[in-house]
Amino acid sequence: MNGATQARDVADAVARRSYGKLVAFLAADTRDVAAAEDALSEAFAAALATWPVYGCPANPEAWLMTVARRKGIDGMRHRRSGEAATVHLQMLAEDQTAASAETVNDAEIPDKRLALLFACAHPAIDTAIRAPLMLQTVLGLDAKTIASAFLASPDAMGKRLGRAKQKIRATGIPFAIPARDELAGRLDGVLDAIYAAFAEGWSDPGGTDVARRDLTTEALFLARLVVALLPQEPEALGMLALMLHADARRRARRNVDGDYVPLADQDVSLWNAAMIEEAEALLRYASTLGRIGRYQLEAALQSAHVERRRTGRTDWTAEVQLYDALLALSGSPVVALNRALAIAEWKGPAAALEIVNTLAADGRLAQYQPYWAARAALLARTHAYNEAHDAYDIAIGLERDPDVRRFLQARQAALPR
Amino acid sequence: MQYLLMLYADESGWAKMTKAEQEQGVAAYAAYTQALKTAGVWVGSNRLQDVDTATTVRVVDGKSQVLDGPYVETREQLGGYYLIEAPGLDEALAWAARCPGAGHGTIEVRPVWDMTG
Repeated sequence: MNGATQARDVADAVARRSYGKLVAFLAADTRDVAAAEDALSEAFAAALATWPVYGCPANPEAWLMTVARRKGIDGMRHRRSGEAATVHLQMLAEDQTAASAETVNDAEIPDKRLALLFACAHPAIDTAIRAPLMLQTVLGLDAKTIASAFLASPDAMGKRLGRAKQKIRATGIPFAIPARDELAGRLDGVLDAIYAAFAEGWSDPGGTDVARRDLTTEALFLARLVVALLPQEPEALGMLALMLHADARRRARRNVDGDYVPLADQDVSLWNAAMIEEAEALLRYASTLGRIGRYQLEAALQSAHVERRRTGRTDWTAEVQLYDALLALSGSPVVALNRALAIAEWKGPAAALEIVNTLAADGRLAQYQPYWAARAALLARTHAYNEAHDAYDIAIGLERDPDVRRFLQARQAALPR
Repeated sequence: MQYLLMLYADESGWAKMTKAEQEQGVAAYAAYTQALKTAGVWVGSNRLQDVDTATTVRVVDGKSQVLDGPYVETREQLGGYYLIEAPGLDEALAWAARCPGAGHGTIEVRPVWDMTG
């Protein structure tokens, strides 16, 4: 391996592992996330320029930190004066010497990523931009990648991210972990943003879209980070358990022909047993902490699904009770829909359809594909085939995954005429 | 705001599909159109005939020129369009992603120039 390749590999590895840690530390005092990112990207560029010549430093993270800090201080002056390349190279050489002299090790760079996450999910920051903001500042994803994953224009996403960072700096949003009494409430915002990133990634069941599949991995990384830094927060544990349960079934969501397979028909042997075990252990531990919440309930429901598929036994009353508790907490129409589907198994499709009809008034479900697919399936079970056919039409029209669309079309075609 | 969703795809793909696949494709577009109408965003839509039916006209120095074929030859051809009414680009992109054409081609989303302002 030549020097340049090695330098790039080390820089990539450091970026992957420590990007958020470095941004968080650099921005903690100034609250200027954009400047910290700029300084850090210059430091990475400097690393790629000098490491192949001088060799990789013993502690690349500390080297980057030192250089980025100096860039941060010199940044404005440097950019204004437009110094010549020779001066710039001279500076890089000085950086190299200075950084090598540092004896800082990894453990001495304080981990302020949690504070950064809390800043990104601060109530003053628009809910919709929190997840993209975390992905950019903590994981270093670029605006273009984030825009594709969240189905926004790269230009608009870049502007929104810029505005959010500006707001953090200008309005004095603190880089701090909230005090005990408000921690749980503020943590919900952090968890919701991480889960939004996960859900966005999850909407690519085929795992064919690299940007989306990576998003679930990145969200899992953030969830693990929060759990590592706040190991006694039951909802953080619950959310990680929920994600692991979902991710454990990734391979089973497609058959060998690439066709979509719904949960009820999945090959149980394709589920990732280690992930399910980890999820169950997390959930058990969370339950000992004595504070129930949305994510623990949702993870418990996933746990029940797993149990049902494995043993063939289902306690539908228990499932409906879990949905009742979840609905009381969240008031979400999606939860109400899933609760109706559990009731369909317990009391029959007609009872479920009555609930689903009342949900139709909720505008939030009007463009939600699973609502129309569920409605179609219930109508089919009550032999209302024409109505089922029409509902499938809407579901098919709202679906963006071609495999799921084909699956829904097959269900529609199988309706008796 | 109105957006024009322009559906570009390699039109030779259609002829290579089996009859069943073609029927499934047509049904998917019909379902998509129905979903747009149910949501109240549909303004208009059409499928175009193949690009070899195209004729190009322009007037240069007062003389008209008529040519067989499209204005530019590209790998993906304009095969149809949807004109929709959406609150903003995000919603328009969400609808574009649901279009079956996004799975086998490219959807170009363009806001319509508002002549009323």
